[in-house]
Amino acid sequence: MTTVSHRFDFVLLFDVTNGNPNGDPDAGNLPRLDPETSHGLVTDVCIKRKIRNYAEIAKHGQPGYAIYVEEGAILNEKHREAYNAVRLDDRKVSKGDGKLNPRDTLELNKLRDFMCANFFDVRTFGAVMSTGVNCGQVRGPVQLSFAQSIEPVVPLELSITRMAATNEADKKQKEGTSDDRRTENRTMGRKHIVPYGLYRAHGFVSANLAERTGFSETDIAFLWEALRNMFEHDRSAARGEMATRKLVAFEHDNALGRAPAHDLFALVVVQRKNGIEAYDIDDHRLDNLPPARRFADYRVTIKRDSVPDGVIIHELL
Amino acid sequence: MTYGVKLHVTGDFACFTRPEMKVERVSYDVMTPSAARGILEAIHWKPAIRWIVTTINVLKPIRFQSIRRNEVGHKVPAVSIKRAMNSGSLADLALFVEEDRQQRAATVLVDVAYVIEARFEMTPKASAEDNEGKHLDTFKRRARKGQCFHQPCLGTREFPARFRLVEAGEAICAPIKETRSLGFMLYDIDHERDRASLFFRAKLQDGVLQVPSPDSAQIRR
Repeated sequence: MTTVSHRFDFVLLFDVTNGNPNGDPDAGNLPRLDPETSHGLVTDVCIKRKIRNYAEIAKHGQPGYAIYVEEGAILNEKHREAYNAVRLDDRKVSKGDGKLNPRDTLELNKLRDFMCANFFDVRTFGAVMSTGVNCGQVRGPVQLSFAQSIEPVVPLELSITRMAATNEADKKQKEGTSDDRRTENRTMGRKHIVPYGLYRAHGFVSANLAERTGFSETDIAFLWEALRNMFEHDRSAARGEMATRKLVAFEHDNALGRAPAHDLFALVVVQRKNGIEAYDIDDHRLDNLPPARRFADYRVTIKRDSVPDGVIIHELL
Repeated sequence: MTYGVKLHVTGDFACFTRPEMKVERVSYDVMTPSAARGILEAIHWKPAIRWIVTTINVLKPIRFQSIRRNEVGHKVPAVSIKRAMNSGSLADLALFVEEDRQQRAATVLVDVAYVIEARFEMTPKASAEDNEGKHLDTFKRRARKGQCFHQPCLGTREFPARFRLVEAGEAICAPIKETRSLGFMLYDIDHERDRASLFFRAKLQDGVLQVPSPDSAQIRR
């Protein structure tokens, strides 16, 4: 299996309709916002989680595609026979201050190679191993930035009701407030949504780091598949409708690259549409337009004619 | 003595974490010399050379923002990998997010731009065919073309850095008009001696942070 030998930079556009793409734990689960510009944010780790989840579904049980940072419990968890078989070894190495270091670099490399070979997420995103030798870090080839909405988003807070009470106390509290049996147990809840938002994230694949973790051509093809399909298997009450709308990868013809990533990203232009016209996002004529409410309100163009030599554009979606 | 290089780096966010505030990360006001070295090494590095950051110019006002994220509390224990290797089963080698979730806030810098000025020295690992001119040219060639070993970042990998080479004699936009002490700042990690942290007294003088040389007495070990 050949490792990825070319550098890639990619642009991912995804949108949300009446949903919360990524809640902010600091703000009572409101959609994340850049407080200065009101642009919506989706963190890198949020996108990585979805890639991991997709890998778990699509490659379930396939060797080499295990996921190290798992969500939820494994259904087919083995009994701990294997665990007990090596307990003796465990006691021997757990002497000392509770910190465990591999004996030498050779062993450290063995541990790293084992992790990279077996776990897709370690091979792709890297992992920190508390091994004490040079932090034992596996730096993954794939790097993702925060996704930002193209235009400012205005989150809505919706009040919702439930025709049931959580417990007896709740019910007692409400007793006698209404003469209608049906509404007596009603409780209220809240939901935050973004009516519509188109988000843009940038990513990078380093061929040099791919070589170190064994991130292969098969893996990168699977990464594109995951980015295309990750929202299709992430439906929930909170998410609303989310979809990957555009995935453009720039492939350089060598490991170091042929052009700065930011120049390539600038070739993917998102504009607002108004009838047959399209305005740049900072155009003042947008001020009087109603807000965008669907993907068709945007126009995405790829400036293919100004692509530098040695760079190939892959429009993967 | 080599001629120095100047690199212009920008980004939407940055987080140069203070070592005393690592859990709920709080960024330094300005890029640390150690982070600047990491950016240079992401573009070009060989064991034969050692980057030395001399100056960091701050081109944009220092602004902060808070971001809270779900993070995993543990690292990968080497001993459980060994166990899995011996038993040939991956069953116990998973980390469950739900059982190990920590919500951590990070106070990060927003909309940053710096010009890093640096030079490099040859190390004892340099062989006969390593010379300063060769490495200087390699770095400049790569930085001009936007080439890199891996995409450099501003403190943490989710904040990629845009970079370009500042050519000799090219005018850069003026640093911010701000003069104050930044207190003790991380200079770098001493990889020779058990990865101890080195500190220095950082001072912003009209938006320019002068970095002492590695052998200077100003660096606290």
